[in-house]
Order: sequence, then structure tokens, then C-alpha cells
Amino acid sequence: MAKDEFNQYRLVGTRPDRPDGLDKVTGRARYGADISAPGMLWGAVVRSPHAHARIVKIDTSKAEALTGVKAVVTRADFPTGLTGDEWDLQENTMAGEKALYDGHAVAAVAATSKLRAEEAARLIEVEYEVLPHVVHVDEAIKPDAVVIREGAALPSVPEGMPPNVVRYFENGRGDLEAGFAAADLVMEKTYKTEATHQGYIEPHACLGQLGADGKGEMWVCTQGHWYIRKMCADVLGLEKSQLRVTPSEIGGGFGGKTTIFMEPLSLALSRKAGGRPVKIVMSRSEVLRATGPTASASMDVKIGMTKDGMLTAGHVEFRMQGGAFWGAPVDMALDCAFAPYKMPAVMHIGYDVLANRPKAAAYRAPGSPMAAFAVESLIDEMCRELGLDPLEMRLKNAVREGDKSSYGPKFKKIGLVETLEAAKAHPNLSAPLGPKQGRGVAAGFWFNHGGETSVTVALSEDGTVTVSAGTPDIGGSRASIALMTAETFGIPYENVRVNIVETGALGVNEPTHGSRATFATGKAAVEASNAAIKEMCRRAAVEWGIDPEAVEWVDGAVRPAGPNAGKFPPMSIAEIAGNMGDTGGPISGHHEGNLSGYGASFGCHVVDVEVDPETGRTTVLRYLVVQDAGRAIHPAYVEGQYQGGAAQGIGWALNEGYVYGDDGRLQNSVFLDYRVPVASDLPMIDTVIVEVPNPGHPFGVRGVGETGIAPPLPAIANAIHSATGTRLRDLPMNPPSVLAAMKAQRNG
Amino acid sequence: MVEVNLWSGMRRFVGDELVVEVEAETIGEMLDALVAAHPALEPIIAQGISVAVDGEIHVGRHVPIPPGVEVYLMNRLKGG
Repeated sequence: MAKDEFNQYRLVGTRPDRPDGLDKVTGRARYGADISAPGMLWGAVVRSPHAHARIVKIDTSKAEALTGVKAVVTRADFPTGLTGDEWDLQENTMAGEKALYDGHAVAAVAATSKLRAEEAARLIEVEYEVLPHVVHVDEAIKPDAVVIREGAALPSVPEGMPPNVVRYFENGRGDLEAGFAAADLVMEKTYKTEATHQGYIEPHACLGQLGADGKGEMWVCTQGHWYIRKMCADVLGLEKSQLRVTPSEIGGGFGGKTTIFMEPLSLALSRKAGGRPVKIVMSRSEVLRATGPTASASMDVKIGMTKDGMLTAGHVEFRMQGGAFWGAPVDMALDCAFAPYKMPAVMHIGYDVLANRPKAAAYRAPGSPMAAFAVESLIDEMCRELGLDPLEMRLKNAVREGDKSSYGPKFKKIGLVETLEAAKAHPNLSAPLGPKQGRGVAAGFWFNHGGETSVTVALSEDGTVTVSAGTPDIGGSRASIALMTAETFGIPYENVRVNIVETGALGVNEPTHGSRATFATGKAAVEASNAAIKEMCRRAAVEWGIDPEAVEWVDGAVRPAGPNAGKFPPMSIAEIAGNMGDTGGPISGHHEGNLSGYGASFGCHVVDVEVDPETGRTTVLRYLVVQDAGRAIHPAYVEGQYQGGAAQGIGWALNEGYVYGDDGRLQNSVFLDYRVPVASDLPMIDTVIVEVPNPGHPFGVRGVGETGIAPPLPAIANAIHSATGTRLRDLPMNPPSVLAAMKAQRNG
Repeated sequence: MVEVNLWSGMRRFVGDELVVEVEAETIGEMLDALVAAHPALEPIIAQGISVAVDGEIHVGRHVPIPPGVEVYLMNRLKGG
């Protein structure tokens, strides 16, 4: 059970220095591209310039003849016979019969220098038969669309669906017709979002080594090195335990580094080059063309509302493309669509559609931002139509503990009402607005996650503690895990070091995804710490000749549990650890499991914008994030997650988006053209941490990483409407789009 | 007896029902019983699902299902 009293903790809720801070500001931190090894070769990848093309012939002879070239691989060097998800991964790693998108890998080469490898890659001659292509979801879903892969539909797709539909979803309950009939206002609109990239600053990089004996090593920038191990082993036909994967420091992931791209290529090249390690570092262009952005979406929403703001029914139909493989997050988008609200009747329909684009990867609350853009925009439009306050309307309909969710099961303890109340009370809500300025409000939701987790806590001889964890630290989890461990042991924060260890050191860990690291690894670290404490109590009991139950742990030391237990002076953790060699050997604690008990997190954002009527440029004046953290273990990092989610969402709303030419090639594959927000684009983002503790975590943690990216998209659209009277239903809302919409509004 | 709430897209595999009753004490037993009664569900379940037991979302066969609690099948969740 979570402890319900606030401020009872010595360390939880404080803001100590981050353990990785010095390494990062001095350049000592080792990222993916910083790893090198003796005898190392450099890899380069040949990529398709076509969106859809049959590979007729690959001639590698000129590249192989080049001095310094040690290996060339094509799909012919990969095992055959894979099926299902494993085939998808292999096909995306290296094209087989067809190149399925602009940037799809078709060959790779390893040479003694990066320049030589790139030169050799240019010498590989690929003959293509260019095929018709389709990149936009509303085109790809048509019955007569170009068929990207025959027979790719999964069992959820009923007979008779268009050929590129690979998954179909339908979920709902209640009497929809009666719900809409009971409404005073029913509105139905279509919204579209373009694919965006996670935009992590560190490009993908790895160093792989694989010998003829099947034993291999990999150093890689990833959110989940057990996933890398499994996927590489599957794609290359290796035994998983023979591949040891060590994660580097990571410069952002946001879901995009939970899968493989070029990592198996470094291993395949190494094996062919006699076991010499091969390093591959992607360029930014490769990252944008050939890793995993999120899906693009086309979404119909219909909502019924009474004149006093009560929701009576909701219907959504979402179409999403996630590239040439199944995996657009349409299922989770549907579940998130109406999650903040009590819905008497609701229906969700969804289509996962193939298109000639790169295979989508997870991106921060996958699906939720698109769903929020559609539903929260329409709710805002209806509130304006009915003259309702958007926050009051959301409070009236907000889900509470015990309410049935829109996606099915009832909610456990949640904090949406507290979040909306905190937003309502914030001074930003009463800040005066000038001409051309407007305010927007939106809510957002994410499930969070627990998942497979394995953690070991070990005492050092001086009583300090090492935590071995398997979730790479992207957003501050080493600090939060150290705080929870130190709190549990009753020792200083500085006495705990959290190491992210390689795949050979622990059981399987899922990646740092689903906002799970502080929840799941933290929960496991607390359990592992309690196991070590139990062992220390046992040893003290033996030493004192009393029952273990008569020993208690208080403030970092063992002591008799009461006057009847005997009179012994407390023994500190340092004393116990200093003698552990004489009392039974090493002391450690371990915990592993598929951790459940995670709690959903709701957020509410309020944004003020100013729109320049001459240029259409939107300036964000004020931005407020309010979100339920359950418990903020290290509040500065929680605030950072809130601000980061808002910043990414602002980019998605205002500027970011994949632009494809008529030829199906990506037109904006560098950061000059794919414009993420920079510091000068953003105001200081205000944050309010709401704490409604999650009973499923020893300190009440929910997970905070993802919810914050959902509300910015609609909140900004709502603010632009407030400022201009113009509603934009397609993203991004960049200056040309805003200008065109304002012009269209003026022209009636 | 466990009342299993399906998502409505599954109705066509189970004779147009939204709630199916099976004998089970764990998630694993519940899934096995569902597939035994409705073999068409097997590939859908194999694709990956989560199960909400009394409002708490689980992945894993050994989770107990206490008598009378709400059980929902959900698509497998994946975060970023």
C-alpha cells in the first residue's frame, strides 16, 4: 500500500543533484557513437531512393574490390524462414524482394574508415523496378490503392476490407443512437495529423561484434537492451544468451529507441569480416528517413452534448498509417480518445493501414496525442458553440475512481478531478489577454505501464549500496531509483549508485517505455532493498542470539524491536557490511517479476498564444502543464518531463511533420527543414505537480513521461481558434496553414 | 465462473456476444477456456492482449481472478 501522509519522507520529494550531471556537462558521458574497439571497422548502409520498388539486382563487386572494404551484406546474408513479427523486423532491417519506402536499407558495407565505407556504399549498384506508391493514409485505405504487401492483414481484419488494412478495431458500449438523440448539440468533424519524429538529439549508433562461433557483443544507444538482444538474435538466427548487449548513455528516445534498425547490420557485417567489430552511426537524414516516426492519422469524431455540457455519446473512426508494416498505434489512440470522460455511450472504430513509409515506432504515449487532438478540439468547438467554460465542462464529465472507462474496465484511484481543479486555480487562467491573443485548454491521458523487471541491490563493504537496474536512464530514473533505495535503507542519497547493467547481469528487463522506469524499476528496487534489509536483520539476530522477528530496521541500522528483545546497541549498515565476509558473505537483495499496480496519469494544459495576422506565425506566450504524478520522487525531473512533453507537443502542433514529394521521397530529412522547437521558440513552461498517490506503488508513483505530449496539440488549436476565430483541424498549424485558414475564414 | 468482457470487435468470433462466461481462477485458465470454447479467438489472443482484472491491467497468465470481479480483455498496450 502507498503511504498516504505527505511530507513523511526524508528523501522522497527532494531535489538532489542528478547522478549523471557531471558526466554530461563535462563530456565524460559515453553515448552510442563514443564507443570504439581495437580493430574496429565502420559500417555504411545503402538505402533505397524509391518509395516502392522491386529489387532486380544488387552488384557489390566494385565495392568489394575497393581497398579497405572487409565485408558487404545484403538480404542474402540473413537466415530465411522467419514469420510474423520476426519477419517484419528482418524485412525492415534489410529489404528482400522489394524496397518498401524511401530510405529502406538494401545493402551494407564495412570498411577500415567511415569515408571508405561511405565510398564503398556508393559503389554498390542496385537495379530497381520502380512501382507505384502510396504514402497518405486516406489514399492507402482506398479499395483500389496500390497493394503494398499481399496477405499482410492480421486476423482482426474482416473479409472484404481494403487491401492495405492490416488491423481492424471496434470497441464500444451503450446506446449510441439514444445518446445522440439526448444531446442538444451533435457535431461531427474530421481531423488530420501528419507523422512526426521523436526528434531525439542523439542519432542511433552501435558497435557490434560477432564471431564465427556465434558469440557476440554489442554496445548500443537504446531504451531497451534486452529487446535489442532478442530482436538481433531473432533476425540473425543467434542464441540469445550468446549475445551480450551493453547500453550506452542515451540522448533521448521517446519510444523511438525501443526497437532495432541498423543494429543487426553491424553484427552481420562483423561476422562476415572475421569477427572485427563494426560501428554504425546514423546521420540525421538516415534517422528521419529510416527509423520509426509515429503514424499519420485521419480521424472522424462525432460527439453529443447537452446545453449544460454533459456528454451523451461519442463516436470516433480513426485511420492511421504506420509505414509498410502493421503497428500504427490506432488501438491505443482509440482507448485514449474519450478516456478522461464518463461516456454513457461510445463507439471506437480503427484501421491500421500500410503505406510506403518507414515502419512506425512508439512515440511518447503512442496514439494519445492524435486522439486528443481530434476529441479535445471538437469538445472545444462544442463548448464555444454552447457558451460553456471548457474547464467547467471537463470537470462535469471527468472520470473518478470506480467509473467505467470509455475503453472498458473501471478506473482505480485516479486524479483527473484534482488536476482540473489545480488548473482552474492557477493564476495563468486569469492572466489578461491582448488583441490577437487567445487561450486554449485541453486534457490528456496515458495508461502508464509496469512490465518485466529485474533488479539487484548489493551492499559494498563500507555500507554503501549499488543498484543494478536494466532500464536505461533517459529522464532521470537513476536519481529517482537512488532516492527510493536510500529512503528504504535509511541512508544518504549519495551512498547509493544506480548502474544500468548489461544483459548478462540480470534477468530480462523491458525497455524504459510506457513511463515505467521510476514505477517498475523503483518498485523492484524497493523490494530488493527490503530483501537485503531482511538479511541484515537475520544476521544481527544470529549475532545477538535472538529471533529475527525481534530485530527491526530503523534509520539505516538494526536494533532490537522492543525491550523484551534484549539490550543490544544498534548496528549500522556500515558495520554490518564491514563484517559481512565473516557473517555469511555478500549481502544483496533481488526482485523480479511482471510488475502490475501501475496507475493512469491525467493532465490538463492551458496555453496562451498570439497569432500574427500578417504572417500566420503563432507565438506561445504562456504555457501551463498540470498533471497527476501520483508521487513526485524527484520533483525537478518530474517538472522536466512535463516541460519536455509540452515542448514536443508544441513542435508537433505548430511545425513538425513529414513532407513527402509526389515521388514518395521524404523532402525534409534534416533539422533545417524538419523544424523542432528550440529554446527561443518557447516560454518558460509552468508546471503544477498534482499528487494523488497510486496505491499500487510503495511510494505512490504513477509514471509521468508520456501524458504531457497529448494535450498540447488540441490546446494550441483551441488557443489559435480563440485568438483568430479560425479552427484548424489539420496539423501542423504552421504559418502558411494558419494564414490560409484565416484567409479562408475572411472569404467566408 | 468468470464473466469476460470482450471488445466489440471480437463479437464476430464468439457468436455476437460481448460477455462470455468461462470457468477459470487465473488469467491463463481464462484465456485457455476462451480459446477452447471459441477457437477463432486463438490468433487474436496470440497477437497480444492485456487483461484488466478489477480495474488493474495485467500481462501474465498466473494472475489470479478472484470470484465476482470485473474482467476485461484489452489490446496489448505499448508505451513510448
